[in-house]
Amino acid sequence: MVSALRAVALTGLMLLPLLASAQLRIEIIDGVEGAMPIAVVPFAWESQMPEPASPVHEIISANLARSGLFEPMAEDEMIERPIRPPEVRFGSWRLLRVDHIVIGRVIDAADGIGQEIEYHLLDVHSGRILLSQALPVAPGDLRFGAHRVTDAVYEALIGVPGAFATRIAYVVVTDIGGPDELFELVVADADGFNPQTVVRNTQPLLSPAWAPDGRRLAYVSFATGRSNVIVQDLFTGQTEVVSSSPGINGAPAWSPDGRRLAVSLSRGGSPDIWVIDLDSRAHQQLTHHWSINTEPAWSPDGNRIYFTSDRAGRPQIHVMDVDGTGLERVTWEGNYNARASIGLEERYLAVVYSEGDNDFRIAIHDRETERLRVLSNGRLDESPSFAPNGSMVLYGSRENGRGVLAAVSADGRIRQRLVDSEGDVREPAWSPILR
Amino acid sequence: MNTAIRFVALVLLAAFLAACARDVREEPTAPEPPPPRPAPVEEVDRVDPRDFTDARNLDNPDSLLSQRTIYFEFDRSNVRAQFRPIIDAHAAYIRANPSARVILEGHADERGSREYNLGLGERRGNAVEQPMQAGGVSGRQIEVVSYGEERPVCRDSSEDCWQRNRRVEIVYTAR
Repeated sequence: MVSALRAVALTGLMLLPLLASAQLRIEIIDGVEGAMPIAVVPFAWESQMPEPASPVHEIISANLARSGLFEPMAEDEMIERPIRPPEVRFGSWRLLRVDHIVIGRVIDAADGIGQEIEYHLLDVHSGRILLSQALPVAPGDLRFGAHRVTDAVYEALIGVPGAFATRIAYVVVTDIGGPDELFELVVADADGFNPQTVVRNTQPLLSPAWAPDGRRLAYVSFATGRSNVIVQDLFTGQTEVVSSSPGINGAPAWSPDGRRLAVSLSRGGSPDIWVIDLDSRAHQQLTHHWSINTEPAWSPDGNRIYFTSDRAGRPQIHVMDVDGTGLERVTWEGNYNARASIGLEERYLAVVYSEGDNDFRIAIHDRETERLRVLSNGRLDESPSFAPNGSMVLYGSRENGRGVLAAVSADGRIRQRLVDSEGDVREPAWSPILR
Repeated sequence: MNTAIRFVALVLLAAFLAACARDVREEPTAPEPPPPRPAPVEEVDRVDPRDFTDARNLDNPDSLLSQRTIYFEFDRSNVRAQFRPIIDAHAAYIRANPSARVILEGHADERGSREYNLGLGERRGNAVEQPMQAGGVSGRQIEVVSYGEERPVCRDSSEDCWQRNRRVEIVYTAR
């Protein structure tokens, strides 16, 4: 019960009803050849509540299509509409060349609070039921419920957890360069829906970073005319200035336990990596070097911190133990490697990479093979952020002079573009998986 | 005297219009800031533009003190020789005017990562601050603030625009 309550508390509508923002439109540029054919059959609506405009099965189907790994069947091509497993005639679906089908219904919860999504995933060829679950959802929270169903279907068929029940944070700038220039930090569901402005400012905002609990964001604000590191609770709206020392206060990164923030502070004369304990506010300086040391990123076990340093002349990724010892240079290929985002395992680092300072692209550095693979093809790509399941990298790009977000799968085969109709979008950060 | 006033006013107006014209071409939607208030005009004609202790020269287009921007090369923060006289002129002014307060705003072009560019902007600000302090300016009068790539003066992805964004602006908060 406790965990059910927690799940409810962490999902969609519990987010403070802040100002709505324009919604990102997600376009798929490249998908995988031979994506898996799947049919998400319209779910029966057996709830007393009015059916929402976007039915659950449509959201699941769109999610699967967006992943690039599935090719969901169009609804009007479905001849049969089974709801329960015994109603499925596998022969018909085999004829339609579908590998899997998802069926289900939405019913009111037994306790009268919210609803349940009852769903089944079936293998058309073997006739086996691969998944059969009833997922409770809080009132008004069906969208997030549909994302959770997609996560389960994705994991059952791909073998790694999905990252659909997640959020993204990003910065939108409107009237750029004009008299009403406005910076907005926005949080939306990973499919671009439900965008909400967390903070708006006439001064620059950058570097949003999700706490591991998915309910707090750290970011850099120039609201005072100087850079400050702010932590904001998305549920209460409460903000706290965590760092406002003289000089740069930038690049916040949460420790995996959520109790410390690594930041870049130049109070010592040049930017160095510091760790701030959020309870005691104790500051510990980890680097002591005249160069630029910034963009810290924690290893998943919290024992090491990756960061950008130009101590060797040009910016390159370095790593050190969390006490500042054991310094090691990580990247050697190209003359610019910066802003590392750490993948699911510490093996893969997504970085901003440049060979000759003309094109800045997103690359993945493989720590095991020491090889670097360029994933993006823009000229000014920046701010990579791994999905919490390691499947995709979200980043900032420019198209026709406008800031857009783009996502590419870790193997480079799937590409998406996320466009805001009104402004310049930048600085994406993918949330942890919200449980 | 009257003609002199008129002439100076015209010069200021012309300079302002030229600035407007440039801004308009770059950012057609940006409305113009109000015209700068002319310095006490009746005395401008008697100011020696090389007198870097005189506040009137901050608005005198003939004086180095009216120049407030130092430009840099990509991913570099060393002050190039041609900008040194501007820094020295402002150092002389600030030294001679203890109530003067200056913010050195460091900026970078859009290439590369934003947080690294914050560091780069600060390094450029420091590179302008150091010769000022070496020239006897009190540290209390100067502050370096880096905006990285967040406050560009132009937004084309071209070398021409990038070099205008790699800059330190000398901003007087008190004269």
